Amino acid sequence: MTKWLLIFAALLVALLVVSFGLGGRKEGALEVIGSTSIEPFAEMLAQEYEKAYPGRYVNVQGGGSTAGIQAAINGIADIGMCSRALKADETGFRDFIIARDGLAIVIHPSNPVSNLTRAQIGKVFAGNITNWRGLGGEDRPIHVISREEGSGTREAFMKLVMGKVRVSRKALTQESNGAVKELVRNDPGAIGYMSLGLAHGLKLVAVDGVAPSTEAALSGKYPLVRPFLFVTRGEPSERAKAFIDYVLSPPAQKLLEQEGLVRAK
Amino acid sequence: MRREKIISLCLLLAALSAISGLALITAFIFKEGLPIMMRAGLGKFVLSSDWYPTEGEFGIFPMIAGSLAVTAGAMVIGVVFGLACAVLLTQFAPPRLVAVVKPSIELLAGIPSVVYGFMGVIILVPFIRDTLGPAMVSLHLAPDPGPGLSVLAASIVLGIMVLPTITSISVDALQAVPRSYREGSLALGATEWQTTHRVLLRAGRSGIVAAIILGMGRAVGETMAVIMVAGNTLDVPHSILAPVRTLTSNIALEMGYAAGDHRKALFATGVVLFVIIMILNTIALAVSRRRAGKAVAR
Repeated sequence: MTKWLLIFAALLVALLVVSFGLGGRKEGALEVIGSTSIEPFAEMLAQEYEKAYPGRYVNVQGGGSTAGIQAAINGIADIGMCSRALKADETGFRDFIIARDGLAIVIHPSNPVSNLTRAQIGKVFAGNITNWRGLGGEDRPIHVISREEGSGTREAFMKLVMGKVRVSRKALTQESNGAVKELVRNDPGAIGYMSLGLAHGLKLVAVDGVAPSTEAALSGKYPLVRPFLFVTRGEPSERAKAFIDYVLSPPAQKLLEQEGLVRAK
Repeated sequence: MRREKIISLCLLLAALSAISGLALITAFIFKEGLPIMMRAGLGKFVLSSDWYPTEGEFGIFPMIAGSLAVTAGAMVIGVVFGLACAVLLTQFAPPRLVAVVKPSIELLAGIPSVVYGFMGVIILVPFIRDTLGPAMVSLHLAPDPGPGLSVLAASIVLGIMVLPTITSISVDALQAVPRSYREGSLALGATEWQTTHRVLLRAGRSGIVAAIILGMGRAVGETMAVIMVAGNTLDVPHSILAPVRTLTSNIALEMGYAAGDHRKALFATGVVLFVIIMILNTIALAVSRRRAGKAVAR
């Protein structure tokens, strides 16, 4: 009995040592924290970057745009990711537009509605239009899906569509692009908004007559476009700069474009 | 002798650090949360339905209503099934069945809450949206079928999550009833069922109440599973098919983003939650004290 306990303890210690060892190797990784909308793209770029420059490590974490800026202020993150324009009181940063993203209005694939004006979308999210019949669709209640207070996607949506109008209290609130997508994919009455680059498998509504696409977003025809920012407190450190330069380089920009984003310039 | 002293000192230190940790957490939550509550006005904070934290409006009434509604629903489900299970396991089931069923119910307690939430989203929510909701509407039990994410979905998920707590503590309470009560009742000609609900459930009542309140504490505090299935609207729920936001999900949803007053308001939400849980625990303590008192009297 004791013998087994000893062996077990030894194994545990070994495991700890090994995991610390592995953790240690990653020490000195560049910390990139923030928007859950940018996170998957940053993760992909980080992988490519680590492949291209062996020995350099980038650690990407979500948490949200505001959290990303907080992390950059506190020095927890070398780079904060922010999927909205910086606010007036968020000063002392250097921000780099790494790409732009269309904001897609998403509905269930079976929904016959295919075009909405910004005014209509605003009324739906404000709770003034509550049935798809009011938008030329089937007689079915609209289930409005929004994001939580403070989300970069939500703030971009508020700025681009809602203006000063508040989102209805009855709107469902989900905490990530993924959760919104999952809900809309399964609910024939749902409408939500999410990053265009992540909106696969859903029906995308044309806004003011323009179907969302990277081309339409790049040319400025599609009205719902927001910046993806990397922010640093003051000037970026050398290694942060190296990663930002990589992200802005043509091959990385091309990768982002393939993933459905709009290139920075 | 000296060694004894050292050991007792070590134990004292350990106990004190655990308690001071708790005290610090409490003090911190209140320090962060109370000022904004006072500034917004306690009545307004608790009774207003306007939660626009980035615009400086903090009213958490819908969340309080949501927490209470979801917990009440969870208790209906948890108590009915948990108690039925406890009675079955202590009174009617053959030992071989008990040997299988009891550990499997206790195993339920070990499943992470995110798994319950996921099951809820994948199975329960579509079922409520597509089948149960329309059925209830056609029976005039609800005004509209809703999006599936609802009080009901959260209640069912939470009800299942509190089952192990309620069942295992109720089993203990029923097993603590002296054998002579049961034998006496049967000897007087009562049937098994009469014995169970007239004698055993009454004798074990305070233990069962404590089980229910402990389960309730768990239901009020659960976060992850609730976020996934409750829909998190800011509206006071008007039917069991309506989505809700609970106090815990409000904190968890917005914590990552919040700064300044918004963050403080989330701490204030925590203060309200804290008070609610304190009230529940006080009741639990009072009930179990009464039970202990009774045992002594006996």
